[in-house]
Amino acid sequence: MNLSYAPLGDTGMQVVFGNEIAKETNQLIRRMTDQLKDHPVEGVIEWVPAYTTLTLYYDPSVITYQELQDTLQNIYQKVQEQREAASASLVYILPTYYGGEDLSHVAEHNNLTEEKVVQIHSSGDYLIYMMGFVPGFPYLGGMSEEIATPRREDPRPEIAPGSVGIAGSQTGVYPLTSPGGWQLIGRTPVKLYDPDQEKPILLESGHYIRFVPVSKEEYDEIEKAIERGEYTVQTEAKEEVTP
Amino acid sequence: MSNPIFEIVKPGLLTTLQDEGRHGYQQYGIVASGAMDPYALKIANFLVGNDGGEAALEVTVMGPEMEVLGDAVVAITGANLSPRVNGHSVSMWKSFAVKQGDLLEFGQPVSGARAYISVAGGYDVPVVMGSKSTYLKAGMGGFEGRALDKGDVLSKGEDVVGVKGRALRPEETPVYEREMEIRVIPGPHLDAFSEDALKTFLSSTYEVTPQSDRMGYRLKGPKLEHQTSADIISEAIPLGGIQVPANGQPILLMADRQTTGGYTRIATVISSDIPYLAQAMPGCKLRFREVSVEEAQELYRERERFLRTIGRVATV
Repeated sequence: MNLSYAPLGDTGMQVVFGNEIAKETNQLIRRMTDQLKDHPVEGVIEWVPAYTTLTLYYDPSVITYQELQDTLQNIYQKVQEQREAASASLVYILPTYYGGEDLSHVAEHNNLTEEKVVQIHSSGDYLIYMMGFVPGFPYLGGMSEEIATPRREDPRPEIAPGSVGIAGSQTGVYPLTSPGGWQLIGRTPVKLYDPDQEKPILLESGHYIRFVPVSKEEYDEIEKAIERGEYTVQTEAKEEVTP
Repeated sequence: MSNPIFEIVKPGLLTTLQDEGRHGYQQYGIVASGAMDPYALKIANFLVGNDGGEAALEVTVMGPEMEVLGDAVVAITGANLSPRVNGHSVSMWKSFAVKQGDLLEFGQPVSGARAYISVAGGYDVPVVMGSKSTYLKAGMGGFEGRALDKGDVLSKGEDVVGVKGRALRPEETPVYEREMEIRVIPGPHLDAFSEDALKTFLSSTYEVTPQSDRMGYRLKGPKLEHQTSADIISEAIPLGGIQVPANGQPILLMADRQTTGGYTRIATVISSDIPYLAQAMPGCKLRFREVSVEEAQELYRERERFLRTIGRVATV
């Protein structure tokens, strides 16, 4: 794949990895950010990976646009020559109580039972393609079309943090109270955004999420354990098939 | 040990603590925030002897009324919102001493939209993810994650004396007009627009509408047509990005913009002109002019050199 570069003003640069949302593209972008982490480029302030782009913000009194482009092209060359995959991906386990207000609607819309919706939703690992929208929100890929449901016509003014929802063929989790039109099917007690933690954001692009059904009682117990600071989010190493 | 400096008597329209913003966390969806006018922020700090990146109070259009609780050196930069101490007007872009019992207040907005009040020693609020900036939507940073309100008490970060009477030369202070020329670098989604869209954008006047805040300014002017769709695959959006949704009316993205977005962008405002945009009130007329990346980066470096000089002089 040939990369293309575009300036975003005088302090930003966008690197474009084609125009397809694909797991391979996500892996490639991840390998680039691995390199940027391990071998910092002087003048680069931060970067934001997205579906098909990697955006860098930089200080032009340290590195010019052309210098940065050359540097990134070199990094890309190196990344392509690498045999090994990107750094290992984790699966974040999110215990989820499937008792959402719209679960019955999602079931009806797809001619499924509620149990079947839960089974389908909790059976896959969802790749975190990017983070954005609000603090800690993961853009997930990989939901089954069997449970796809359009957004609500009347968005709710307030949705509680931890709510798990479906919008079209996307699924996601609300990190903080916000308005929204997603069909709510469940809720996780795990906090995706917690400003009081040293690492306030739980997730990172390139990793995965798995929703594991729990009962209301288990949900309440985990929520209490989180409040006491006695709960650690479980993770698993993701078995990757190297392309 | 706390060193109370101001008690808010009247909060004004929107008064928040802001520094240079929260950097390094946009990849997690954390909004950058920070002073809308980073130039006025830095100068305000330099004039009282602080680091340029220290937090200051960002005051919007109608300023607050504050009682001074302890002797201090302060400076006010940015918009001229008629600052007064005990009823007498005070100079802007110049540090001055205040003493316990003084009343600092603002009157009519004269020019610009946002003023900055720095205090020698900075403001004592927690640093959240590397920044003291307030992000209102998530209740993050600044003073309890919110705008200041009646009865709030702000404290000095460090109990330093500061130096009064330090000023910018009059020819160095920016002038905020109601009509401005703003320089941009076109792109990155020019392919998504009709052939004439960029020409229309660069040759027309756009008005800042009242639907404008720290997140962005909605503009009104000749419609910018798309080829087919106004939507793109979501990607990072930069400060100064000019987003054009399907209605063809541009939106300028400012300090509190979301980290990512899914609308086409026709251009990005260069960083040297962001401070002027920060001072644009609804009704202001904007014209856009194209510059090259090289030219914009040279302007950036020139401004950095100037700020370094001011910083050095101010901290001797």
